[in-house]
Amino acid sequence: MTVNGWIQILLFVLLVAAVTRPLGGFMTRVFNGERSFLSSLLRPIERGLYRLAGVDEAAEQHWTAYAVSMLLFSAAGMAVLYLMQRLQGVLPFNPTGMAAVPADLAFNTAASFTTNTNWQNYGGESTMSHLVQMAGLTFHNYVSAATGTALAVALVRGFARASARTVGNFWVDLTRCTLYVLLPLCVVYALFLVWQGVPQTLGAYAEATTLEGAKQTLALGPVASQEAIKMLGTNGGGFFNANSAHPFENPNALTNLVQMVSIFALGAGLTNLFGRMVGDERQGWAILAAMGVLFLAGVTVAYWAEAQGNPAFAALGIDPAAGNMEGKETRFGIASSALFATVTTAASCGAVNAMHDSFTPLGGMVPLVNIMLGEVIVGGVGAGLYGMLLFVIIALFVAGLMVGRTPEYLGKKLEAKEVKMTMLAILCMPLMMLGLTAAAVVTDTGVASMANAGPHGFTEVLYAYVSGAGNNGSAFAGLSGNTPWYNLTLGLDMLVGRFLVIVPMLAIAGSLAAKRRAAASAGTFPTHDALFVGLLVGVILIVGGLTFFPALALGPLVEHLAMNAGTLF
Amino acid sequence: MLRELRPALVMTAALTVITGLVYPLAVTGIAQGVLPHQANGSLIVRDGAVIGSGLVGQPFTGERYFHPRPSATTAPDPADPAKSVPAPYNAANSGGSNAGPTSKALVERIQGDAERLKAENPGVPVPADLVTTSGSGLDPDLSPAAADFQVPRVARARGLPEERVRRLVEAHTVPRLLGVLGEPTVNVLALNLALDAGAADR
Repeated sequence: MTVNGWIQILLFVLLVAAVTRPLGGFMTRVFNGERSFLSSLLRPIERGLYRLAGVDEAAEQHWTAYAVSMLLFSAAGMAVLYLMQRLQGVLPFNPTGMAAVPADLAFNTAASFTTNTNWQNYGGESTMSHLVQMAGLTFHNYVSAATGTALAVALVRGFARASARTVGNFWVDLTRCTLYVLLPLCVVYALFLVWQGVPQTLGAYAEATTLEGAKQTLALGPVASQEAIKMLGTNGGGFFNANSAHPFENPNALTNLVQMVSIFALGAGLTNLFGRMVGDERQGWAILAAMGVLFLAGVTVAYWAEAQGNPAFAALGIDPAAGNMEGKETRFGIASSALFATVTTAASCGAVNAMHDSFTPLGGMVPLVNIMLGEVIVGGVGAGLYGMLLFVIIALFVAGLMVGRTPEYLGKKLEAKEVKMTMLAILCMPLMMLGLTAAAVVTDTGVASMANAGPHGFTEVLYAYVSGAGNNGSAFAGLSGNTPWYNLTLGLDMLVGRFLVIVPMLAIAGSLAAKRRAAASAGTFPTHDALFVGLLVGVILIVGGLTFFPALALGPLVEHLAMNAGTLF
Repeated sequence: MLRELRPALVMTAALTVITGLVYPLAVTGIAQGVLPHQANGSLIVRDGAVIGSGLVGQPFTGERYFHPRPSATTAPDPADPAKSVPAPYNAANSGGSNAGPTSKALVERIQGDAERLKAENPGVPVPADLVTTSGSGLDPDLSPAAADFQVPRVARARGLPEERVRRLVEAHTVPRLLGVLGEPTVNVLALNLALDAGAADR
């Protein structure tokens, strides 16, 4: 580890902290329907959309109607993406002549992008036409992020309101998030990326003759526009197979820093929106502080492990000072690669600027654990905040048990219904992650897809299902996921991991909104101080540890011991 | 439930048009108008022919050139398209080796490369990036140490004093941005182009 590496990490943390409040304030105004400086331009488009769709923007929805709207919208988008891939051969914007995507892969991709996962069992530049990349995938990058944000705002309204029947209007939240928050930021962001060297063209791939006379085909396309929303919407699905390690997606250290900040920006901003909406910004900062503690712990382990490098390489006379460079780009080096890996899995982004599969065992365990903990460290746009609020409910329930009184949060009593729904949401993810991993490793077809032998192969499979149910989308990419078994089970994994968390979460929102607000008393547990942050961090680590330690012991932990003992597989 | 069907369909269609067509096409239009060089892949043209992109690495094997890092990219096997064969710096199919830290294949590959490099320049520790594949397989850069390591070979092959070649490497070393961000790099294609242009001849 170097001083310079830590300065880069510190700079990143400061930049995220600096954008939290402005973005939180802006999003609060947008979701409250107040005018902003973009209104004169975008308000007519917003009104036109409501008229076309038959939506009354003043009419709010009960949580059940909100959930039905969200589910129907997701189903429609998933169906369209599936058909678009199957028919890409006869549709326009296909200069490279890509053929139809096979049915199982098209299902997997449709589930993946609908759920904000962006797991990719295909190489973008060798599989998808420009039309699918734009109208299919970029669309989902927008609306899956907008959906997540809308849901988080609905839950926040549940806490903020008292004796209310409704939690907002899904169509209005979806539209406002897309038009006012995501689109303007992405236009500016995409042009910045082009300026730095990210291609943006509808032309065919470029043909070059290298200095030594070989032919090189350079894959090109509308990369920058997809890249911007891929990061800002914590989607993570790259235009190219190598994702943000590809020099066309992430050409230099500046784009790398901006990409990392943009993964956290909206998620961090939402914690501030939460504080503002419940009338006490400190509540938002407390949540962000708990996220920050977990984040710094993760980045420290990952950076340390990668900087240590691989003892097997040092034994061959390789200079150990540079750390573990397998799967990493020279321009990012160890610090920026370890930081990126921690950021992309703390949020549910899943973009990568280095290959996690080639990380050292403990370095690669950090992204894995981040996703297992539910990606509540800033988290996916929206998904991180509602995931964290579910853990807050558990933490306060545990605290309530300790002192023997009904837990409450922000004046709302947390009763049996809320705690049951929270447990349902929190338990369904490990069930999918561990259950499907167990199924895969006892089937021949599951084992055949592993690229590495020994414990590392097991970690590849575990990482896949953890990443799927966590809606992350990063991978130990050696695993050959494009088989009928993995396409179908991972598709299921992602759908359950998204929607079986969302629906109970909306039920909690509805139930909280309907409650009366109790006045704070001397017995109320304050939820904006260090004690609360510590309790929350502890509960997250205990729940995560109890659930996942055995699986981690079989994968990265045993591999770490094997590596230090000089065992190869 | 049916009441919500209309907005579901209309919003899907309308937002597909706005975010999936209008947005990328507008960005394309502006980018092509204002930044055509970057928007089309930062291509380098010499004597009227495209020789590559300034951002994407390309393979070099001759003694007279600086070599890039090893690359794990592949291409479909011409004999059997279902299989793939190694194709270093295939810019139509990016990717890394995905070899784990306890992979025997990885350690054997590194051992082979390290022995070859040690024979070429004995007594100097082998820089890590010179024997490891990058995440994209298209890394355009070397670390300054990895470029420096190759100076004796390139100078010998070109019949140049080592000192001049070393100075050229130094001139092509890009420091960290603002002294902080990223790592120092040497762009291999730019360095080799300068060699061919005679930048080290005087």
